[in-house]
Amino acid sequence: MSVNVQGLSVAYRSHRGDVTAADNVSFSVADGEIMGLAGESGSGKSTIGNALVYLDQRMKATGGAVTVDGRELPIADNRAMQQLRMTTVSLVPQYAMSALTPTRKIGQLITDLLKSHHIDNRQRVIAEMKRRLELIGLREDVLSKYSFELSGGMRQRVTIIMSTLLNPSLLVADEVTSALDVSTQRAVGEMLLEFRDRGYVKSVIAITHDLSILAQVADSIAIMYAGRLAERAETGTLVESPLHPYTQALLASLPAVGMRHDQATLAGIPGRPPSLVNPPAGCRFRDRCPFAFAACSETPPLAEVRPGHLVACWKVSQEHAGEPGTGQQRPLASVPVKEQA
Amino acid sequence: MTTLKLDQVSKLYRATSRAGGLTPALRKVSFELRPGEVISLIGESGSGKTTIGRVLLRLVQPTSGTVTFDGKDIATYSARGLKDYYRQVQGVFQDPFSSYNPVYRADRVFDLVRRSYFGAAGDKEWSARVDQALDEVALNPGDVLGKYPHQLSGGQQQRLLIARALLLDVKVLVADEIISMLDASTRVDVLNLLVKLKRQGLAVLFITHDLSLGNYVSDQTILLRHGAIVEMGATEKVFGNPRHEYTKMLLSAVPELHRKWQHSPIGPVPAAAGAPLPGAAGGAPAATLTRASLVDEMAHAEQVVKRDLRAVLGTRRAAASGRSPVAVALEPPVLREFEPGHLVADPE
Repeated sequence: MSVNVQGLSVAYRSHRGDVTAADNVSFSVADGEIMGLAGESGSGKSTIGNALVYLDQRMKATGGAVTVDGRELPIADNRAMQQLRMTTVSLVPQYAMSALTPTRKIGQLITDLLKSHHIDNRQRVIAEMKRRLELIGLREDVLSKYSFELSGGMRQRVTIIMSTLLNPSLLVADEVTSALDVSTQRAVGEMLLEFRDRGYVKSVIAITHDLSILAQVADSIAIMYAGRLAERAETGTLVESPLHPYTQALLASLPAVGMRHDQATLAGIPGRPPSLVNPPAGCRFRDRCPFAFAACSETPPLAEVRPGHLVACWKVSQEHAGEPGTGQQRPLASVPVKEQA
Repeated sequence: MTTLKLDQVSKLYRATSRAGGLTPALRKVSFELRPGEVISLIGESGSGKTTIGRVLLRLVQPTSGTVTFDGKDIATYSARGLKDYYRQVQGVFQDPFSSYNPVYRADRVFDLVRRSYFGAAGDKEWSARVDQALDEVALNPGDVLGKYPHQLSGGQQQRLLIARALLLDVKVLVADEIISMLDASTRVDVLNLLVKLKRQGLAVLFITHDLSLGNYVSDQTILLRHGAIVEMGATEKVFGNPRHEYTKMLLSAVPELHRKWQHSPIGPVPAAAGAPLPGAAGGAPAATLTRASLVDEMAHAEQVVKRDLRAVLGTRRAAASGRSPVAVALEPPVLREFEPGHLVADPE
């Protein structure tokens, strides 16, 4: 297992106390796997992604452990993490392409970056960079350009190249295809596949709200809701036969190409996710769920209802309890459920 | 019948940064917006789709061409005429979070309408009107009135802005990317709201870059590229039988849930006449590119960066025709009728 996240909880400090944005999240990503992490705004998907690479001042890890290639990642220790960034873990933060310094040329920016990471033999790295630029169809002269001279898609690809320059084990790509045109989106998506295939990056966590992009590039998808994992499965399984009521509703609200309003009326999900300041006990989707019943007042564990298909829903785990090929229904007690502060 | 009609509308932006940079944002765009009809205006960044919305709302004056509302040129409106125009033609924009002033309560947008248009209305009459408008957009008055913007979800904010337009006698709604910042589960509600309002006779210009959303909601579809219409017609015809290479390329790039991208070359983006394609021809050895579609995308992206179309399109052809480069750059590709109600532009 290349990347293993066990029971990770991340909180934001606020003057009303800590707000747990990601609560007891566990998953693992294999070598060569692109995992999609999807959810709506406020679901905690970016919090998880950021926590694996950079915990900023407002955030603190309140529990859990992360290992990459068998070594524990010191996520709470910023200085120790600095040694591992770019080489072991790398992050393309949201809006990164809009954050390229406008007063430095792209080439200078990269040299600065390598210097700040104390990388020797920079010439060799830059030669490799040029090779990769060529590979994805960018000409070498982007290095002598300012960021505003490049299109959105070109900037996004430059940021991905920069983040993967030292072949990290894990790349966290946060909304790298959002705010791009469809044709550019596709190019960036295919670039992620290409880089994975060539081993420039071992595992990728692609964070996005856009499930259709994940259906194209991800090998597996994890769905988050209100700070917790709701469902995790291989991409084909999750898209074609989702089990969690939230995933089902989310997929049903997406129009397919060719679908018109007079043929079928799509339905949204009524209501809003609960506030994470004082989240309700039990399943957090309960208030919006058409299938909610008494058991939902307790927090459902993320149970493996079929091989490789994990769902956090009481109804689903009851229905699949006796199925052949089912993994053990984990008793609630063995899954440490973090109590809210 | 109230129709809003664009006739040969062009808009030329002058760049201040580069000497003599001229960007034809719109090239002789003509179409008509009729009551009870949703038109999707689809294009990528730099296609001019937002400029059309701004021209219709008279926030931008076209360089040439006219926009008529009920047969009257909107450029000729006096201040009073313009106010009356805005009573009937309203816009809602992409970012609901910046449409509100965060220090005031969100329903202040209603008060501003009241102050400008309904000074004579009594409190009771006004609140009945507000309640009715909120009911139209499926918002519960108790949930939204008196709240600050940050207490409302993006979907609620967007619907509140549509309700604000409905307080007036709105006939035309210019909806510029109104759902692109909303979560998937609330998007559909706003789309369905547009469909409902359309059935009540509202004309909607739905500006978007998202083909599947445009397809879902619209009766007519217009595809824009470099400020010119490349394909237009009834939505089922344009999407069911796309004819222009650009439309086909866009459709093939749309990520779909149940169908994977074909990792084969997507149809080539037609190059500007005679202009070299920097990405494809000049740089990368094609052999290193296992995914050939990257090359097409690259060529396209570079064209978009180089929005100074006079350089791309104008100069070369102007020399041949003896006309000014600007006039030539503003010339859109010729639209031909492929079948009744389905127009396709010549390759450019």
